[in-house]
Amino acid sequence: MIRLEHIDKTYNPHTVNEMQLFSDFNLEVKNNEFVSIIGSNGSGKTSLLNIICGSIPIDSGDILINGESINKLVEFKRYKKIGRVYQNPSMGTCANMTILENMSLADNKGKIFDLKWGTDKKRISFYKEQLAQLNLGLEDKLGVKVGLLSGGQRQAMALLMSTITPIDILILDEHTAALDPKTAEIIMELTDKIVKEKNLTTIMVTHNLMYALNYGHRLIMMHEGKAIMDIEGDEKSSVAVDDILDVFNRISIERGN
Amino acid sequence: MALILSVLEQGFIYTILALGVYITYKILDFPDLTVDSSFPLGAAVCAVMIKAGINPYLTLPAAFAAGGIAGLATGMIHVKFKVRDLLSGIITMTMLYSVNLHIAGGQANMPIFSSENIFTLSPFADKLGEYNKVLVIFIIMLICKFLMDLYLKTKSGYLLRAVGDNDTVVTVLAKDKGIVKITGLVIANALVALAGCVMCQDQRFFEISMGTGTIVIGLASVIIGTNVFGKLSFIKTTTSVIIGSVIYKACVAVAIWLGLAAIDMKLITGALFLVILVISNFRKAGAENDQA
Repeated sequence: MIRLEHIDKTYNPHTVNEMQLFSDFNLEVKNNEFVSIIGSNGSGKTSLLNIICGSIPIDSGDILINGESINKLVEFKRYKKIGRVYQNPSMGTCANMTILENMSLADNKGKIFDLKWGTDKKRISFYKEQLAQLNLGLEDKLGVKVGLLSGGQRQAMALLMSTITPIDILILDEHTAALDPKTAEIIMELTDKIVKEKNLTTIMVTHNLMYALNYGHRLIMMHEGKAIMDIEGDEKSSVAVDDILDVFNRISIERGN
Repeated sequence: MALILSVLEQGFIYTILALGVYITYKILDFPDLTVDSSFPLGAAVCAVMIKAGINPYLTLPAAFAAGGIAGLATGMIHVKFKVRDLLSGIITMTMLYSVNLHIAGGQANMPIFSSENIFTLSPFADKLGEYNKVLVIFIIMLICKFLMDLYLKTKSGYLLRAVGDNDTVVTVLAKDKGIVKITGLVIANALVALAGCVMCQDQRFFEISMGTGTIVIGLASVIIGTNVFGKLSFIKTTTSVIIGSVIYKACVAVAIWLGLAAIDMKLITGALFLVILVISNFRKAGAENDQA
């Protein structure tokens, strides 16, 4: 379970560019819950993810994972419990290392990186099995450098790599936004499969309203640092894309654009 | 023959250095100027130890360790104090100049002509005659290359490669990318100082300015090696660095043989490096045009 309590965050305080994003923002995501977050640019979606992961500091408030505060932890330490897939497919993998080397790196998360062989030969069949699930034929290309793969293939690898070791929370940061529609579809289905199989608590930020509605248990719409819509269960399944678009249009008009 | 032997000796010594530069420049993408001072640091440590009558073979690990400390300093300045990479190297380089003078007892020159060294003590010294030196240097260089090849295949080596490739991956693996960078700088400068130590025993004196332009030689060797031979998949990158280093030294030797004076050495060093950079830029542009 992840809880954000009374989060305050102001960008560029005490300057002409001062912008208060969050003021007493609260959010609770239950264990094994898959939450989709939508909202226009500048609504605070990505800031929210960055606050959870420690990429940006907060002014006050607390962040708890399973009841333990992670607010004092620096960014890299928080990733012991968190897996993250970025919008840019090249962010999640090492281009100059082979598929096998990338898998070996990911598999060693949470363990010591010492002077033992980087790739454990006994694990290769397991990696092949995992890669075979992707249906991209990557299991036969273990020696190929990841930089030679397509964006979709790299994103599939990134997804696999971020979930290959046990994690408490999976963060998906617009992870289908840079892909073509067909590839995005494949990655989204794959995401759903992995999340269901591993019962992962997941927070997904997306601009694709269809994905937000069709996948996951709960839908949150952010606007100016507030959750202006938060629906789940039957209520969520009864909502159509047009309803959400209506809300979007209304808030855009309120803002005067 | 003497010319070829001298090119090979120098080439192999600078290979040890270039392996270090390969870690910072190619793997970490860190232009590390510490090299210009960690090279004479290794030489200073070596000269002082040999003067004191310590077994010359012990100067090798000692210089290696001293270089590691220099790399640690640059790494700490960059990672902990958040100083830009280039400036971190320049700061350590400048401070080391004085440190090197202190190590050498305040002398800018320290001859060790009359002392035993790793070459005179070599088991092949009597049998091989003029080939003795090149063989000893070759063995030391080869050990460095193999150890580095092995290291890059370990878990720690994977992490080092990952941090230069895409440090976000290292962060998401819940590892401190700063510490990985520092590790790389430590290993790199340790190798550079080891090269300085071997060079000092080869030329049989320490001289404070012997490091000037070292980074250029290291970079030139790495760039020739990786650009010309790195494309061939059956050659390991570390092997291509050896070839690059020898080719570079051969080019400098040819320039001198053609009549350029020794005082023009740095001029040739720099000009050759420029030529290599320009050629490799042209090749890159050509490759991009081919793809389009």
